Amino acid sequence: MTGLAIQDLYASHGRTQVLSGVDLTVEQGSLACVLGPSGCGKSTLLRVVAGFHQAARGRVTLAGRLLDDGRSRLPAERRRIGYVPQDGALFPHLTVAANIGFGLPRAKRPARVAELLDLVGLAGFGDRHPHQLSGGQQQRVALARALAPAPELLLLDEPFAALDAALRSDVRAEVAATLRRAGATAILVTHDQDEALSFADTIAVMRDGRIAQTGSPQTLYSEPADARTARFLGEANLLDAELDGAAAVTALGRLPLTDGAPATGRHLVMLRPRQLRLSSVPAADAVRARVLSCLFRGHDYRVELAPDPALGAGLPERLVAYTDGAPSETEVYVQVHGAAHPVGDALGAASAGTPSTVDA
Amino acid sequence: MRTDTALREGPSPLRRWRAPRVLPLLATAVILLVTSPLVFIALRASESTAAQAQRLLGRPLIATLLWNTATLTAAVTLATAVLGFAAAFLVERTDLPGRRWWTTVLAMPLAVPEFVHGYSWVSLFPSVQGYWGAVLVMTSSLYPLVFLPVAATLRRSDASAEEVSRSLGRGAWATLWRVTLPLTRPALAGGALLVALYMLGEYGAFAMLRFTTFATAIYTQYKLGFDAASAAMLTLALCLLAVLLVTLEARAGRGGRVVREGATGRGCAPLALGRAKPAALAGLGAMTAVALGVPVYALAYWLLQGTSTTLPPASVLGATLTTLGYALAAAVVATAAAVPVALYSWRRGTRLARTAERAAYLTRALPGIAVALSVVFFAIRYARPLYQQPPLLVAGYVILFFPFALTAVRAALAQVPPGVEEVARSLGSRPAAVLLRVTLPLILPGLGAAVAMVALTASTELTATLLLRPTGTQTLATQFWLYTSGLAYGAAAPYAALMVAMSVPPVLLLTRRTLGPKTLETS
Repeated sequence: MTGLAIQDLYASHGRTQVLSGVDLTVEQGSLACVLGPSGCGKSTLLRVVAGFHQAARGRVTLAGRLLDDGRSRLPAERRRIGYVPQDGALFPHLTVAANIGFGLPRAKRPARVAELLDLVGLAGFGDRHPHQLSGGQQQRVALARALAPAPELLLLDEPFAALDAALRSDVRAEVAATLRRAGATAILVTHDQDEALSFADTIAVMRDGRIAQTGSPQTLYSEPADARTARFLGEANLLDAELDGAAAVTALGRLPLTDGAPATGRHLVMLRPRQLRLSSVPAADAVRARVLSCLFRGHDYRVELAPDPALGAGLPERLVAYTDGAPSETEVYVQVHGAAHPVGDALGAASAGTPSTVDA
Repeated sequence: MRTDTALREGPSPLRRWRAPRVLPLLATAVILLVTSPLVFIALRASESTAAQAQRLLGRPLIATLLWNTATLTAAVTLATAVLGFAAAFLVERTDLPGRRWWTTVLAMPLAVPEFVHGYSWVSLFPSVQGYWGAVLVMTSSLYPLVFLPVAATLRRSDASAEEVSRSLGRGAWATLWRVTLPLTRPALAGGALLVALYMLGEYGAFAMLRFTTFATAIYTQYKLGFDAASAAMLTLALCLLAVLLVTLEARAGRGGRVVREGATGRGCAPLALGRAKPAALAGLGAMTAVALGVPVYALAYWLLQGTSTTLPPASVLGATLTTLGYALAAAVVATAAAVPVALYSWRRGTRLARTAERAAYLTRALPGIAVALSVVFFAIRYARPLYQQPPLLVAGYVILFFPFALTAVRAALAQVPPGVEEVARSLGSRPAAVLLRVTLPLILPGLGAAVAMVALTASTELTATLLLRPTGTQTLATQFWLYTSGLAYGAAAPYAALMVAMSVPPVLLLTRRTLGPKTLETS
């Protein structure tokens, strides 16, 4: 069943157009993530859904109820949509229990507050004031407060950005688990691709006020629709390829294609750094490359390579590979594992420039 | 192009009227009310013919007034800028002993109303009068208006710019001139503007020092000659001068807003004064002796001299109660009126909201005497029954001190974490309930501070009180004025002492709010 449905949504800040035709559907009970760079309009999208910002036109419905169509809008307090802003925004003059009970009728407060304190693992903290809590605890209280009236949808606006890195992944995992336990429908907004990939069932990549692509984290990572999405989700090697129906013919050899990819024509194809394997001995389908730099990152090595110029055009100047061991020689042989994924539309034969690797 | 079409398809202006919002209407109403007398005076002046204006403004008196006001304002503004900056630099950037103590002491002359400053000097040294007397009295009384904002900027700004300058081979003086001074330029310009505006509007001190400026001339024209037309014309000229000053300040302060604030700012090692330390201490000591020592000595001297006077004795208690009654009434009304304006501009950062707030600050840029007179004219024309009635004095105070209340309420709202109102809405509370359950409880202490600030500031007000009070009503300031006009300095002393005592808390509050609590070393 459809939870939230957004159709052709437009919104602006004064004269600046922020949302220009957003389409997004979030299934009931799923955790969705809107991922995009700063200023792409993702916070505005959230605020339109919450009822804090007015849509210019379009249609936002929640379980069939109309929230905003640019003409009539439901006030925020009647939407039954929970909201957790970036810094939690706890009411500083109220205790933790009073914060959580804020949206509940008086009679129901004691029982439901205790239940939620348990849910977020803060039983016994009810009498404290927000300033007596750590950042992670405050964030969990904000979550409990938003969940207390059992909203039909929960909105989280970069709720982990204010936490330090070590705490962030813990709180994030905890919040995701809590939301799944509560069976909530939630939308998280973030600019952090790691956060999006590890948190959500569905990711919507947002760019310039519209949704560029929607899909599962795995799909978006390995089969992005275009080069910008590919780079936004992580480092990507992009190279020219001629598709011949079953495979991509590239300077790195003949590579299988991902499912559902276009079958013919000239395309850019993407290979994730993990798909490049390095070896010090030549092999049949391996190409030669020179190691430019090698950076140890704890869990792996990031190796930058300059492919042999003799391989011809269509290869980027640099390739990036993540490997488990450091290459022992300055000359290595690169082999591709897995399928190549075509990104973007077909390239004209004349317009094929020199593709390059761009860091995410 | 796409943006344009999309905008055209956005909500039409008509549609916005579907859900009438109370807050913008309320805020607009308040702003219209507090600016109405000024609008009225502008309209009134525009009614008079050009020939009338030329005849009035072409008189030699005007040239004299203009010259007196301009030269005095220039001299005092320059002197306060130099002294205020030097004091702020010594306190915030050098290893001067007792720096925290000095900060409070140097701000304290603000607690002594200008006319009490004038009284202290005139009563002890009758030779202090005229131009140089005015320069001395006004400089020693107004330099904290420069000192406080400059010290605040120096304290908040990151000292690393100065350290970098030193590391690039610039000496202490070159760094002071090329880095520190430009850094404080907006604060310096803002403080100097305040000084200049006070100079334009001051009546009591100049009357006491027998120096004629625009403000004293307006008062005389109105009070003695009952010549409302000339007074209105002069008031308008004064307002134009003020607008000119504000424009100048806007230019001087522009481009200087590069101060980094917040967590990145950290204290640098203070500049070692070395052998200059005794000289610096002596300088600050002399400043304090002149600006604070003289008034305190004068008050103590005249209090001990007794209250022998030829005038009938008046009750200090009665005057105090009257003063507090009017001041509190005005403070409560001003604060209540400031809440919708502050809320509106705090919630919505739109240009309309900002303009509305700026319009409310308009009265601050105008000399107090101009505001008071415009209230008088307004009442005579449109609210005759109110003339010389208690509500008019309260209204005058409210208009005069509305900007203070607005600043205080804004400061209180700044403490409210962003987003709490929206969260409360999303939890199912209606806007009125959000105000009652979240916003008001959070700003209540700030509202209390606003009321106290306005009440105590209003209780030392002289010029507007003289013009607007109901016949026979005496406040501390007017009773003091009555006695000093009759040279009964001893009888006046208790009133002055009470006013000073009542001004100390708001000055301390202002100092604390401007400078912030001394940086707590948390890391």
